[in-house]
Amino acid sequence: MKLREIAHSRTGDKGNTSNISVIAYDEKHYPLLLEQVTSARVRAHFAGVVEGEVVRYELPNIAALNFVMTGALGGGVTRSLALDAHGKSLSSALLDLEIDAGPG
Amino acid sequence: MRTIRIGSGAGYSGDRIEPAVELAEKGDIQYLVFECLGERTVALAQQARMKNPDAGFDPLLEERMRAVLPICAAKGIRIVTNMGAANPVAAAGKTAEIAKSLGLSSLKVAAIVGDDVLDACKDGDLRIMEFDGSIRQLGNRLLSANAYLGAEPMAQALSSGADIVITGRASDPALFLAPMIHAFGWAMDDWNLLGQGTVAGHLLECAGQITGGYFADPGYKDIPDLARLGFPIGEVGADGSLVITKVAGSGGAVTAQTCKEQLLYEVHDPSQYIQPDVVADFSQVQVEEIAKDRVRVSGGRGTKRTDTLKVSVGYVDSYIGEGQISYAGPGALARGRLALEIVRERLKLTGVAASEVRFELIGVDALHGVQISAHANEPYEVRVRVTGRTENLREAVRIGNEVETLYTNGPAAGGGAFKSARDVVAVASVLLPRELARPQVRFVGA
Repeated sequence: MKLREIAHSRTGDKGNTSNISVIAYDEKHYPLLLEQVTSARVRAHFAGVVEGEVVRYELPNIAALNFVMTGALGGGVTRSLALDAHGKSLSSALLDLEIDAGPG
Repeated sequence: MRTIRIGSGAGYSGDRIEPAVELAEKGDIQYLVFECLGERTVALAQQARMKNPDAGFDPLLEERMRAVLPICAAKGIRIVTNMGAANPVAAAGKTAEIAKSLGLSSLKVAAIVGDDVLDACKDGDLRIMEFDGSIRQLGNRLLSANAYLGAEPMAQALSSGADIVITGRASDPALFLAPMIHAFGWAMDDWNLLGQGTVAGHLLECAGQITGGYFADPGYKDIPDLARLGFPIGEVGADGSLVITKVAGSGGAVTAQTCKEQLLYEVHDPSQYIQPDVVADFSQVQVEEIAKDRVRVSGGRGTKRTDTLKVSVGYVDSYIGEGQISYAGPGALARGRLALEIVRERLKLTGVAASEVRFELIGVDALHGVQISAHANEPYEVRVRVTGRTENLREAVRIGNEVETLYTNGPAAGGGAFKSARDVVAVASVLLPRELARPQVRFVGA
């Protein structure tokens, strides 16, 4: 299934850094997020978009992850050539990630 | 326990006007905050002020003030806003004039000055954080340097009796923290209270983004009545307890989901959200729906503030030229790709000097690049977009021209060409020793 089935997401921007939250609709799916939505996978998904590193922060209290991606906004929101200079649409791309729901 | 209700009347400079009127009329609020100052807006406003010393504040200030001042005056609602941009004193003067014209000349208007730290940044030749360089190296491309001030001067203005407080660059959450510090007498070194207050300010500062705006996704996240989206109210207790809600009957929704999304919006390390007044810690925050459109948010903490203030530096970065044209129907994608190849070759043939160029098809790969979009279906229509960075306007113009000439020289049936060329005012950051910014409160009469 797609990540979109179990989580919602919002993108924020600061300079040339984009952050994407991934929040489980139901906290029972948080372990699935922890296990499968790794910073390495997010980095690979955004290859060609993100030039820097991807760091993952965990927020178990709200069953959420926060990905911070450097070099993600075409040199910075205020100077980028991109149509979506803020990278606001990046969250939608991440929700397209394939998740293995496992047996049952 | 004492509680105050703070309404958030705007989440950016161009935001809708009437939700703030609704908050003032029906929100049972004591404070109304307008956050209207984007990252680079101060730099653009500074350019306006250099041309006209009375200009340089938010262009919608008059419309917003005229809409809410009569209600706010009647109900004793006090206003805090960063609509001062590059000229808070002129903005306060204009506001006093508007109040007088509405028969409300008893309203006291205060401006916060001192965020303009251009001279201090030049004196110290501070290092730029985003790239290798210093303030002086920007030379005559440097436009402005404004420190993100904290809540203290705004709280002082409220305590001195201001009905309307107008600041320039200040941290966005601090606009909301100021009424809390004023109303509850919070100490400026009570880091946990300031941290929880920052959670409240951070959640409220983007207005509609916590009441269902920037959220809806049909079939997955449905939100009622976005055309009449209600803006949020923060119900804050003297102990920092917080409930996010909105005016009953307004559009939108306040749910645990909307609050969680906004909590992490533009946050990097959630345990260290650096603000002028505190380093806030969001990592232990809990979010709980307690009734329809009422969400309790608790657990924000904080540690000691840093010795520096972040300064937003505006400068002329480069020039950008752009052109677009559309193709539709059978073969649209192939014709769009052919068009991009033609422009690519033309820019080379005619020697356009650009340091960076993007060739893309809107509807295909413009937002996320070729890799992520590789498996998508072929669209009915595509829009060619070519954009490039140049050192001067003349070169920038040539990029759009090479797209426009596709009309008569390119693939069949291209339509709706558009071109533009502009200078780019960008912002970078430096860290300024805190003591070098000296904010002051100035009361301004009509």
